[in-house]
Amino acid sequence: MATEQQTKTGDGEEQQPLGLTVASAAVAAAVVIPLLWLVKTALDVGFVEALELVTRPTTVEVLLNSTVLVVLVTTACIALGVPLAYITVRTDLPFKRFWTIVIALPLVIPSYIGAFAFVSAFGPRGVFQRLLAPFGVESLPEIYGLPGAVLVLTLYTYPYVFITTRAALKSMDTTLIDAARTLNHTRWEAFKRVTIPQIRPAVAAGGLLAALYALSDFGTPAIMKFDAFTRVIYVEFGSFGRDTATLLSLQLVAVTLLILTLESQIRGEERTTTGGRSGNVMELGRWKYPAIGFAALVAAVALVVPLGILLTWFAQGVAETSQSLAFQPEYAFNSVLVAAATAGAATVAGLPVAYLAARHPSRMSSVFERATYVGYAVPGVVLGLALVFFGSSYATPIYQTLYLLVFAYVIRFLPQAVGSLRASFLRVDPALPEAARTLGETPSGAFRHVTLPLVAPGLFGGAALVFLTTMKELPATLLLRPAGFKTLVTHIWTAYAAGYFGQAAVPALILLFVSGLSMLVIITQEGYDVK
Amino acid sequence: MSNSTLSTAERSPENQPTNAETDSVLELDGVSKAYGAETVIDDLSISVEDGEILTLLGPSGCGKTTTLRLIAGLDHPDGGEVRLNGSVVSSSEAFVAPEERGVGVVFQEFALFPHLTAAENIAFGLKELDDAERDARVRELLDLVGLETQGASYPDELSGGQQQRVALARSLAPEPSILLLDEPFSNLDVDLRVKMREEVRRILKEAGVTAISVTHDQEEAMSISDRVAVMNDGDLEQIGEPEQVFQHPESRFVAGFLGYAGFLPGRISGDRIETELGSVERDQLHGLAPEYDETDIDILVRPDDVSAHACDGPGHGEVVGKRYLGPTILYEVELDGGDNLLCMHNHDETVPTDGRVEVTLDAGHELAWFPREQRPETGLYSD
Repeated sequence: MATEQQTKTGDGEEQQPLGLTVASAAVAAAVVIPLLWLVKTALDVGFVEALELVTRPTTVEVLLNSTVLVVLVTTACIALGVPLAYITVRTDLPFKRFWTIVIALPLVIPSYIGAFAFVSAFGPRGVFQRLLAPFGVESLPEIYGLPGAVLVLTLYTYPYVFITTRAALKSMDTTLIDAARTLNHTRWEAFKRVTIPQIRPAVAAGGLLAALYALSDFGTPAIMKFDAFTRVIYVEFGSFGRDTATLLSLQLVAVTLLILTLESQIRGEERTTTGGRSGNVMELGRWKYPAIGFAALVAAVALVVPLGILLTWFAQGVAETSQSLAFQPEYAFNSVLVAAATAGAATVAGLPVAYLAARHPSRMSSVFERATYVGYAVPGVVLGLALVFFGSSYATPIYQTLYLLVFAYVIRFLPQAVGSLRASFLRVDPALPEAARTLGETPSGAFRHVTLPLVAPGLFGGAALVFLTTMKELPATLLLRPAGFKTLVTHIWTAYAAGYFGQAAVPALILLFVSGLSMLVIITQEGYDVK
Repeated sequence: MSNSTLSTAERSPENQPTNAETDSVLELDGVSKAYGAETVIDDLSISVEDGEILTLLGPSGCGKTTTLRLIAGLDHPDGGEVRLNGSVVSSSEAFVAPEERGVGVVFQEFALFPHLTAAENIAFGLKELDDAERDARVRELLDLVGLETQGASYPDELSGGQQQRVALARSLAPEPSILLLDEPFSNLDVDLRVKMREEVRRILKEAGVTAISVTHDQEEAMSISDRVAVMNDGDLEQIGEPEQVFQHPESRFVAGFLGYAGFLPGRISGDRIETELGSVERDQLHGLAPEYDETDIDILVRPDDVSAHACDGPGHGEVVGKRYLGPTILYEVELDGGDNLLCMHNHDETVPTDGRVEVTLDAGHELAWFPREQRPETGLYSD
């Protein structure tokens, strides 16, 4: 009985169920409170002092650095992603499926592993320089700083633009282009006047993901020694500059919100039609080999460099380093432990929020749902910092324990669980639990026997995604792990800091594998919004 | 619903219980329901007899689906009472949960559980029975709906008609005291729809269950129901046997909703009613009371009551439209008085579409009529 009446606000028992509402409110509060704590800490700094800190030349420089980084990375991502999407969808490029997969694959490599590999390949006395030394090459162009950060971030975030643009190009009604051509437009004019307006929202969405990633990424600027927000916050925090770290964190959140607002402006109103498809394919002709070369070059730089470095290290073995830095299987076990705990906790916390938002849509339920999305808007280093403050002053019993670390992961990755659960609940026809009721099931019986089995794939998919992304998380892990607790990620970081790069090979290869798995989960989770 | 009641009930008015006081399975008493500011049902009272099939018929948005949801307990009424087998299940004081009402529902899109097989779907409501009894009951129902071999199939492996049979079997399995069917045929192809109408009526009668179905399709309502309740805008316009409602509509809305209707103006004078098409005997008009003497009325004219012919003389009007309905053709004639009538002809008869035509009224039954002052703006109704 899914009728128009159904979608209107319910009544009586259909009204907001109290237990669910309370549970959702509790989850939303738990997620938001640590961040409010950060704001409170900032307010404690005092206005005059805060103003002085914020307007210090070094602070202004950090803002400028981050802005330049985000603008350059986003521009470069669009410049790479859109043409690559076009040639894999609309042209007669040979082996299109192969290129599509290869071009999307860099998404699998965590950017800090990429940065790590590029530094050891192209840095001073790196693999490349040593290779070229016999030919009299004394030094390579500087990789540290802005160029390296832009290069690495672009190579590992352009797939966001590629994937969203591809989806838009694929779903676009190509008879529109035929129509433009019959109205005396050349292919290029038709692209400008018809295709671009149609794919603009998708490009903006992909660009948004790339920009947010570039802004919030901690590993790349840290490894490239580039003073972006995330690196400076971490350094300041480590050197007792708590006030500066706090204020910079708030600035970073403000810039994030600004980007989110900008994107919704650029996106514009979506006016798309679905309809006929025609086999409208552009013949590349003499551009075929340049097109293949372009795709191959991008994929090679992004994939072959890190894989080559890691495999070289792996092959050389680990004998050269001290025993204290050697990789222990225990690290992998620790990673799995916290990731599994996080996946379980995020699913349990996400259930009431997602169910309420999907089944009882109201202003309140959407506020709760939005609140759980702070994890997307708040960079990991800021979240870690907020929880350090919160934990050390208000939650001392769990400070420096695994509980607080798992709590941080839950806040950070809850959106993945909620998003996947909500989509699953929405796919269940509301008539199904009603049918169960008319066949003698109580409300909770109908949920257990009908709704839950039907959302199970989404539930496990969301949990798997949380599990896999938790394993890769770097900044919050560094800030919140209990003393002596080592995971795959912290081991890579230690190896990097100590300069024994070779020690990072095994954990990095494990993480690449895990990352590849999470890609598979995303792909199989049809309709899931790729972060 | 036990085996002893599994008999084929003939469809005739004599079989219908007439004593509403003693035999009612379901009573709605002054029920009303609003969603926000919008009143969907206003003071609705209906009672349903044991073993009958009642259809709520009306245009979309008339409140018929809401009525079903109130009966099933899936929504709460804002006012009035719902009684099942004499006990109150919905009122301002009491509310019985849907799982405790013993009401079966066949949902519009069937709502089959996609993770369960056909047999498991049917067994879903049979929690009280032990395994052997449950299996027996499921087999019995698969048999009843003619799906003996499809028990192990999942819903997505079944055709639309088969899905509907499973939905029907599932809702009948726990022997509900009343079965509700929400637009049961709207999800089927046109050909299948006609076939399933008869099939569903057979199954319901064989099971001996009391049923309320909801539809906006008047043909469907007429063909499966013992009684039809025509609803409009949250109100009950008329309730009765299909033939009676069709032949003696109590309102212009009902007349227009059940098939094509035209209205022929006339004035009552003595034993005759004078119209543009000549005079009609007073006896031919159904229940024309003396107080309407010397007043203007509209006579309800169905397309099969009138025919148009070419003529040399002055005639009555001109053909202004033509609709093909397959074996028959409807000609729309604009009378000189400005009213339009639809005339039904076989496809092999020819009526000139230009020039004057003569219209003859030739009905072998009583005609319905309405006082002229109730006439709305437009003169021609159609569905």
